Amino acid sequence: MDSILDFKNITKKYGKKTALDDITLSIPRGSIVGLLGPNGSGKTTLLKLATGLLQPTRGEVLACGFKPGAESKDLVAYQSDKVYLNDWMNVNDLMNMLNDFYTNFNKPKALDMLKSLNINPNDKLKEMSKGTKEKVQLITTMCRDVELYLLDEPIGGVDPAARDYILNTIISNYQENATVIISTHLIADVEPVLNHILFLKEGRIVRQGDVDDVREETGKSIDALFREEFRC
Amino acid sequence: MEYQFSNDKPIYLQLMDVFKVAIVSGELPKGERLESVRDLAIVAKVNPNTMQKALSELERIGLVRTERTSGRFITDDEELILSMKNEIAEKEISVFLEKMKAIGISKENVIKLISDYNSDAK
Repeated sequence: MDSILDFKNITKKYGKKTALDDITLSIPRGSIVGLLGPNGSGKTTLLKLATGLLQPTRGEVLACGFKPGAESKDLVAYQSDKVYLNDWMNVNDLMNMLNDFYTNFNKPKALDMLKSLNINPNDKLKEMSKGTKEKVQLITTMCRDVELYLLDEPIGGVDPAARDYILNTIISNYQENATVIISTHLIADVEPVLNHILFLKEGRIVRQGDVDDVREETGKSIDALFREEFRC
Repeated sequence: MEYQFSNDKPIYLQLMDVFKVAIVSGELPKGERLESVRDLAIVAKVNPNTMQKALSELERIGLVRTERTSGRFITDDEELILSMKNEIAEKEISVFLEKMKAIGISKENVIKLISDYNSDAK
């Protein structure tokens, strides 16, 4: 199985602070990966390096076989942990803009998902709650037909029912050559959906592997293991 | 079929347990065709790879068989289903007896309690 995301000896420093410390990893195609770690452990930095939004201080990143750039951006969909949507637009404007902007935006699917989540395409983003905006933003990411989805805290602000729907979307979207990397603190919610985990601690990978192998080995859920590993 | 996962066991093993119960209870009748891995994964809210692993293991122990081009089916082997039923029952009984032992009730007393319980229920 070839890999979809490779980090080779990646170090990222912000001034004197080291966010990622000599990380080497390889994510196989066709997995749903949980990127887990306490606040400030480097999750967002890792995802931003994979998209090319940040440049590493040292080391090499390959996403879908390319150095992050124009070619990889066509194959990678990234969802920031912040809401970046333009407030003055309504949802329809946004969908049309994305449809123009990306060659692989699946507009019928987006409209279908909006309908399932009871979001009116004529509503202005300005008038939406934070959670609703997060749902819209996630739809814009999941409705691109790409090989790699990078989701930074995608379900933190949405209600449990919508969370279920979103996880369902991730499962049903799942294709054999598509890969999803999710960073989240809501481990118990996403655990059954994951098949691979990465634990980050102070910029290093402290554990990685297949979810069921980890459960078999430790006799613990990922959630319980996390609480143990990162006890404050 | 009810999917609820405990923390102490791999999820694929728990999925297998759900299928075993559904098969021996007849909820999934013998010879029945199973839905696709993806659809089953969505209903169970699990990773499709995990569902795939559970089905492969069920296939390995003979409860499920794959027919090329037409999909996966529950076994027709009634003897196998019956022995699986006994196996599950034995496991449940041993768990139950352990709990009774923990509160100091012997097997003989358990049997008496069960028969009394039955007559009470009538």
